[in-house]
Amino acid sequence: MNSIFKRLIVASVVLASLALSGCGYNTIQEQDEAVKASWSEVVNQYQRRADLIPNLVRTVQGFAAQEEKVLVGVTEARARATSIQITPELVNDPAALERYQKVQGELTSALKTLLAISENYPQLKSDQNFRDLQAQLEGTENRIAVARNRYIASVQAYNGTIRRFPSNLTAMVFSYEVKPNFTVENEAAISAAPTVDFGTPAPAQ
Amino acid sequence: MIRPVSRLRFSLLPCLLAALACLPSAWAQSEPQPIPELSARVTDQAGVLSVQQESDLESALAAFEARKGVQIAVLTVATVAPEEIEQYAIRVVDAWKLGRKGIDDGALLLVAVEDRRVRIEVGRGLEGALTDLISNRIIDESIVPAFRSGDYPGGIALGVERMIQVADGEPLPEPQPSWNGEGGSSTGDLFGLLFILVFFVGAALRKLFGRFFGSLATGGLVGTVVWLAGSALIAAALAAFGAFFLTLVLGVIPASAFNTRGRRGRWDGGFGGGGFGGGGGFGGGFGGGGGGFGGGGASGRW
Repeated sequence: MNSIFKRLIVASVVLASLALSGCGYNTIQEQDEAVKASWSEVVNQYQRRADLIPNLVRTVQGFAAQEEKVLVGVTEARARATSIQITPELVNDPAALERYQKVQGELTSALKTLLAISENYPQLKSDQNFRDLQAQLEGTENRIAVARNRYIASVQAYNGTIRRFPSNLTAMVFSYEVKPNFTVENEAAISAAPTVDFGTPAPAQ
Repeated sequence: MIRPVSRLRFSLLPCLLAALACLPSAWAQSEPQPIPELSARVTDQAGVLSVQQESDLESALAAFEARKGVQIAVLTVATVAPEEIEQYAIRVVDAWKLGRKGIDDGALLLVAVEDRRVRIEVGRGLEGALTDLISNRIIDESIVPAFRSGDYPGGIALGVERMIQVADGEPLPEPQPSWNGEGGSSTGDLFGLLFILVFFVGAALRKLFGRFFGSLATGGLVGTVVWLAGSALIAAALAAFGAFFLTLVLGVIPASAFNTRGRRGRWDGGFGGGGFGGGGGFGGGFGGGGGGFGGGGASGRW
């Protein structure tokens, strides 16, 4: 009787260790890779946007050369965004991620301004080349949004695993740390009151 | 006797009240629109297509899929509020998984009638031909003009026609005569797990409980796993018997006699009759093949 009981204990230990064979380790590996993959997608889509910009700026310049300030603003924001060295470590460094996010956010708002002023130039608006670029830019912005959402979800899943028991022990042993995540892109813009300017007359067409 | 009960009731009351107070706020939040079940290539929730038009589109899309492998679906809804059409569209394609797995050659034409918004969502594998630019042109040149004049069926038909035309230009692998979605890979995973169960756990259990009882335990374990994985009880029973038999036989043979060929032969013998078959399938209906989307495509309004 006693020996059967012992055998049962041994058997249950074997089974339990099998059930925990991952012990979260494999999950952590998978989710870490998923974070990397979704990060590449984010970088990819931001790069796609950066590649569109020179063409866009050139087209707008042809019709609205007087909007030099806006055009230079976009070009400079693009230069800042593309000057950041993308390394895999960026994903693990909150400060670097925030900086990356900041310059891309600046580029986003510069582009918004550019598209907003283009509304004032009917010839530009009806230019096929410009419309095509606009469609591509819209598509890319949507891809960026999708890629960002997937990245956020993958980091969430990964961080959840890292913090949850018992996989947090595995994470501790193999020193996997919580990764920083994207925050709301226009946090500053949301918290700042909108400025309305009725003073400027409608530009000449 | 009465006291603890009444105290319990008093302590429960605030909890209940708090729970009740939470409910309205949860209801007040506007829920995103539900995603319809994918059962056909054309899902006309807004009711803008006649039965004839729907079946015409359906057969055109089915013929294209049979020829090219590309899965294109059409969905009309009344509204996508409170979301934007882009957000709703990506949720739909993430759920439907149009296109073949790994090739990602799916596309969706989504029309939100009341919002006056239309979107072409393009799978990663079709982005080369059906670019954002081309999608935008299809919307601008074909779909929107028809929609403006109130001709929804015409706009949808024309849009689908052009999508098929363009997607035809994408070099893609030949379609398989009949593929079964993701079924294959999960069965493969299951086999891997069963393999481990039989060979390693089986060996351990055999050592612990002796040959017969160890094999019996292994068989039970395998049967349970197969059953939990969603197979029919009869299939699980057969698998259990196969595993039992296999473990029993393996127990007789010394470990040194193991070689891949022998192992495989026995494996097949043990499982041949098990019949994992069936496996759900799509039963004549329509299902996504597991394609991935990355947010490509274009939207328009009319």
